[in-house]
Amino acid sequence: MVLSRRIVLTGPGIAWIVALLVIPCLLILGNSFFERGVYGGIDYIFTLENYARAADPLYAAVFWNSAQVAGITTLISLLVGYPAAYCIAQMNPRRQLACLILVMLPLWSNYLIRTYAWMVMLNNEGLINRVLIGAGLIDAPLPLLYNDFAIIIGLTYGYMPFMILALFSSISKLGPDLREASTDLGASAFTTFRRVTLPLTLPGIAAGSVFVFVLSVGNFVTPDLLGGGKRTMLGNLIYDQFLTARDWPFGSAIAAIVVFIMMALLTAQAIIVNRRSREDGEAGQ
Amino acid sequence: MMFRAMTIRRWLSAHLALVYVFLYAPILVLVALSFNKAGLPTVWTGFSVEWYGKLLANQKILSAVGNSLFIAAVATAISVVIGTLLAMGLEERRPRVATEALISAPMIIPDIVMAISLLSFYSLIKLTLGAHSVILSHTAFMISFVCVVVRTRFKHFDRSIIEASIDLGASEITTFRRVTLPVIAPGVIAAALLGFTLSFDEFIIAYFTAGPSSSSITFPMQIYAMIRFGVTPDVNAVATIVLLVSFFLIFLSQRLTREEPAQGAKP
Repeated sequence: MVLSRRIVLTGPGIAWIVALLVIPCLLILGNSFFERGVYGGIDYIFTLENYARAADPLYAAVFWNSAQVAGITTLISLLVGYPAAYCIAQMNPRRQLACLILVMLPLWSNYLIRTYAWMVMLNNEGLINRVLIGAGLIDAPLPLLYNDFAIIIGLTYGYMPFMILALFSSISKLGPDLREASTDLGASAFTTFRRVTLPLTLPGIAAGSVFVFVLSVGNFVTPDLLGGGKRTMLGNLIYDQFLTARDWPFGSAIAAIVVFIMMALLTAQAIIVNRRSREDGEAGQ
Repeated sequence: MMFRAMTIRRWLSAHLALVYVFLYAPILVLVALSFNKAGLPTVWTGFSVEWYGKLLANQKILSAVGNSLFIAAVATAISVVIGTLLAMGLEERRPRVATEALISAPMIIPDIVMAISLLSFYSLIKLTLGAHSVILSHTAFMISFVCVVVRTRFKHFDRSIIEASIDLGASEITTFRRVTLPVIAPGVIAAALLGFTLSFDEFIIAYFTAGPSSSSITFPMQIYAMIRFGVTPDVNAVATIVLLVSFFLIFLSQRLTREEPAQGAKP
């Protein structure tokens, strides 16, 4: 009775996710080991060629590009987001909630429109160039749009809120006691931060960084709209293989590699969190 | 010492204020320019609602909005039913780690990977693409979000009242309708609002699984087609409306689940 009731409740949901997520993902993994058909289909002949091709300098450069852009985005989000999250964590609960909602609000609006807003800000006639020209700092508009700078701004804008939320949940868990103890023992504010706050908030840093990095690597909208399609990132490469070049097996192999990297990063993050909580456990004994 | 702490705090507050400027300046500039008189999308020339009027005559945008509303409504209906059942089932007994991982997978997996895997899957089972395939694709991730939001309502739920209801002779259905549902209702409504917003705004998965039919061009797909080649004034007006509507829906959803801070979002 208990079992059948449980199946009635959870069965449809689990079956749905298995059918529309697990099976399609396994299909991608399977397709990545087959050859491309003559007319863009799939020939079911086993090959490792797709993975070998991913190591080709042409595509290795795409991996490197994506890692660089995503890495810089993650670093900026962390450096800008940490003090912001720290500041929110010091507030009283009422203001805290208001400030967190303000961080989250942009996440709930259309990503394309938020990206478009930066096209408006960064173009030659845009607000930033007008202000700079108006202030007499520059004579001709700076080329702010359609380059890596614009991609990084766009990705940071889109994903930094996730970083702030992840950092906040980590920072807000640590009470003032440890920091006060450190200060009472004569440590400077900087030493307290470096030796107490920073190590204890490492799980939040790891979680936020993995999140921002993974989202940035897989993005194809921002490089397309703000990068002007000049710079190819992994998301664009997968997009091209599926919709333009119609080489699905190769596109699948790239996607499989992206998912594999993502899982490796998530595992690394889980290890950091586990080690942290184990150390906390020992410290508490 | 005290003075130093105060200075640091002041610097942090100033920094936070700048972060908010970064987050909201582009949105505010966009909203302001949507009321701009001249055709130029970035230079202010005077107040006008002309672009909003032109919008009402733009058949492409209107039909795309219609398509998106239809897709979001059907996908929300399906996901709310399945997601709520799932949440109830999971809250009855502690689920296994593998089940939890399975349910959070649709929220973590990159959109592009989900998009191509669904496209490959539909092509394998020879499903014709159209509005129905977009609906199907959207439910795949929406169920997880609905489930997470509804489960937050169960956290403060005293299970003994269900047992009391059954002991007093009420059937399962009556118990659900008269006891469980009223308790979780705010969560279910919040989940529906969230799901609807996610589906309405979702671009990448829809783009890959919509097929060539014009009845499956969603609103984000239309926006993408318009902004791909640069900044245009009518997009400013559409963007403003969309921003205001989604902020309103989220505000509503937030109020309904106020005790708990909101869950993670799918970008």
